[in-house]
Amino acid sequence: MTVSSSKVLRNVLREEAFYFFTSIGNYTGQSAASLEEFLQKIKDIDNKSLEFHLFREDFEKWISQTLGDNKLADEIKILRGQKVVGNALRDRLYFIVSRRLKELKSPSFPR
Amino acid sequence: MKLKGQEATLDDLDWQILRLLQENAKQTYAEIGSQLNVAHSTVYDRIKKMEEQGFIKKYEAVVDPEKIGLPHITAQMTITTDPKETERIAKKLTKFSQVLEVSASFSEQIVVIAKVVAQDQAEMHSFIAKSIAPLPGVLRIRTAIVTNMYKEERFCLKPRENAAKKRNNL
Repeated sequence: MTVSSSKVLRNVLREEAFYFFTSIGNYTGQSAASLEEFLQKIKDIDNKSLEFHLFREDFEKWISQTLGDNKLADEIKILRGQKVVGNALRDRLYFIVSRRLKELKSPSFPR
Repeated sequence: MKLKGQEATLDDLDWQILRLLQENAKQTYAEIGSQLNVAHSTVYDRIKKMEEQGFIKKYEAVVDPEKIGLPHITAQMTITTDPKETERIAKKLTKFSQVLEVSASFSEQIVVIAKVVAQDQAEMHSFIAKSIAPLPGVLRIRTAIVTNMYKEERFCLKPRENAAKKRNNL
């Protein structure tokens, strides 16, 4: 089933945003209410937060269940399986999300 | 017990009764009276007045969750807040059944401190992520999960020995 870019790229409600934690109950104060904002936040967020959420499957759940982009969620799932950590994880995650963002924004992608 | 306009004050006997009730709220009026050398009817009158005046807020059973087989974890949550939103956040927290205590404190920044319970770590995290982090004005949250509890008491009155001796003419 083809996903519409307008749905994936929309701004979600405050309650549906992604909240970055570094461990159980420890909120960094950073959140993302859209895929675009998510991409900006993963550039600077603490590595611990990226590792915490990746291995809890939080990224793929939010992208799939809230934004509705199963393709991107599947790519992140593959990344999780590769056990990448630290700055390498940040770089890979940034690459995957920015590539998908570019694809979703392209004029040929269904709106 | 005296009434000064709308404001009530406690005398020595009231303090003694309160202290005994804090030790064991299931004591009878007669048992309390015999310890303080006063009639049970006096104890009854004093307790009723203290209930009506709000000095005694409630009586409750303190349940041990582990004894009754209820798995749970407790955490102390410190929320750094936007000062404009501190009170609103604190009041909102009081509405959640998972939150047992809420207080505000000012050190380097204004923080709201809350004691939270959940069935397990997953439920604790989900509650904080979905219900607390999204509240407007929440800047950061630090959560410490309690691993060992060494003492857990409510504020307790100290014995007022001199007052008791004076009243009993000892």
